[in-house]
Amino acid sequence: MLHIINQSPLSNSSLESCLSVAQGGEILLIEDAVYAATTGSAFESKIIEAMKRFKVYVLQPDLEARGLADRAIAGVSPVDYSGFVDLAANNQNCQSWL
Amino acid sequence: MSDIKKFMFVNRKAPHGTVYALESLEVVLITAAFDQDVSLVFMDDGVYQLKKGQQTKGIETKNFSPAYRALEGYDIEKIYVDKESMDARGLGEEDLLVDVTVLGRSEMGELMEQQDIVLSF
Repeated sequence: MLHIINQSPLSNSSLESCLSVAQGGEILLIEDAVYAATTGSAFESKIIEAMKRFKVYVLQPDLEARGLADRAIAGVSPVDYSGFVDLAANNQNCQSWL
Repeated sequence: MSDIKKFMFVNRKAPHGTVYALESLEVVLITAAFDQDVSLVFMDDGVYQLKKGQQTKGIETKNFSPAYRALEGYDIEKIYVDKESMDARGLGEEDLLVDVTVLGRSEMGELMEQQDIVLSF
């Protein structure tokens, strides 16, 4: 299962809920959720913990738009739009946590 | 002008994911054009609006972040950021596009009390 998150982790609970409910699989952080993938954020330790259970991806153009391309947490994999499509196509199911 | 009011704009949303940051900026510039006393506050995810190095080519939207640097030209120099919000996001003043005044929560609250009009985005 691919979990897609698009809300900032510090102002919305969707990533928190996803991490507490989902058993494993892949997580793709897009739009304002990319803030979760950055070093120095209060959410950093939760992402590092989550990487033990999930493969975590971040949409690179969204990271660049927010001026944070140089701050991605090590181990989080950057993808572009075609990588996004591949993730969606390669998983049997996708869930967008709105 | 005889009727100058103190306007405060409170920005609490991250840029790009929603339209709030851009809309706020536009209202701020309009307000300044009417020679009002304008203060800008950035707190919670709003502090991300001022992050240096934003490049929106990849998401094909307007990069409005350089406009924050132009605020000085509109005599908008009262820019306040919340310290707790910066700390929680790993940001320091050196990461921001413009010179700001960093305030704690209680100082921010006092400043809000002094305003005639507070608009929240």
